[in-house]
Amino acid sequence: MRPDTDTVRDWLGEVPDPEIPAISVVDLGIVRDVGWENDTLVVEVTPTYAGCPATLVIALDIETALHARGIEKVDVRRRMSPAWSTDWISPEGRQKLLDYGIAPPQLNAANCAGMLSAQTAACPQCGSENTEMLAGRGSTPCKAQFRCRDCREPFDYFKAI
Amino acid sequence: MDPIVTFCLRMGDTTLILGQQTAAWCGHAPVLEEDIAFANMGLDLIGQTQLWYEIAAEAEGKGRTPDDLAFFRTERQFLNAQLVERPNTDFAHALMRQYLFDAWHLPMQEALCDSSHEAIRDLAQKSVKEVRYHIDRSRDLIVRLGDGSDESRAKMQGALDALWPYAGDLMATDEVEETLAGQGVLPGLDRVRRAFDAETAATLSRATLTIPENGHARTGGRTGIHTETMGYILAEMQSVPRTFPDARW
Repeated sequence: MRPDTDTVRDWLGEVPDPEIPAISVVDLGIVRDVGWENDTLVVEVTPTYAGCPATLVIALDIETALHARGIEKVDVRRRMSPAWSTDWISPEGRQKLLDYGIAPPQLNAANCAGMLSAQTAACPQCGSENTEMLAGRGSTPCKAQFRCRDCREPFDYFKAI
Repeated sequence: MDPIVTFCLRMGDTTLILGQQTAAWCGHAPVLEEDIAFANMGLDLIGQTQLWYEIAAEAEGKGRTPDDLAFFRTERQFLNAQLVERPNTDFAHALMRQYLFDAWHLPMQEALCDSSHEAIRDLAQKSVKEVRYHIDRSRDLIVRLGDGSDESRAKMQGALDALWPYAGDLMATDEVEETLAGQGVLPGLDRVRRAFDAETAATLSRATLTIPENGHARTGGRTGIHTETMGYILAEMQSVPRTFPDARW
């Protein structure tokens, strides 16, 4: 059985990110390519952060999910270039983050140049833009902690990178 | 040794030892947010180490893994800059060490984004994004604590006085860097030094701190000469893999 790559992508769209299970690895934009090499399904994945501990888990989850679909030989390969950007998170992924209570990253990440002062986040609870940053690092390296000045709820912001 | 191997070990050892040192703040920093920040940055640095070691191991061609390089080499075989092995004396020392490192690391990674060596270029284009976030934090805290209370200012100045002599080791070069510069692997080294000088002059002045003048510059880390703290760091970092060399999770 050699399902076409669109079908495989649909399946991968159901593999959740281990750190933020609200979105899938496809939503996150880290699945760079899917293709067959003879009887082996090759999935190319780009890491988010160089030291993200989820990277190994993601490769294992992808393998497990594809085995469960009946594909016997799966090779998950790392592709380093071009480097991942939060701009690659799909519009659906951004909406899912928001629904989950995480403010999605500002677009055009390159313009932020790693400066939190150049980034703003609207409150995922009430939508207010009257928010402030509490800390540059949150529960994971990819997030910062914010607070809404209107509804007073604290929330995570997915940093643009 | 292939200059690529030496250079990648110099870079990877420097990020590994600093990652190990910043990880030690997990559970001990003065406030929770900084505890998380140091742990997160350590994670980035150790992730970057993995990439440097992969390039080194492949160029070396002896079948060693990144773990072999991290855990089964001795002190004289580590080629990290001496700055990063300086101890976690207090939060001021840890921050100043981080800031001086970042002030070099960012322009270095920016320069490497144009390297003629594909794997190094890919590594740099990935790492540089993380490093920008690192210096954003370090710079902010150096200014806030330097230009802060009398006590915080005194501690930051003390840390700067103690660590400044080690900063030069980050930029020390020999025939390895010169060879790679000639091949385009290591472009723009002179710009790195200028960027470091401009960054530190501007930020330390905003922080009302004074750069020590005519300070003695310590070098040698990049040829395996280390300070007295290095052995303790390796002993702690390597103890488990050396005790149980075939252990698996």
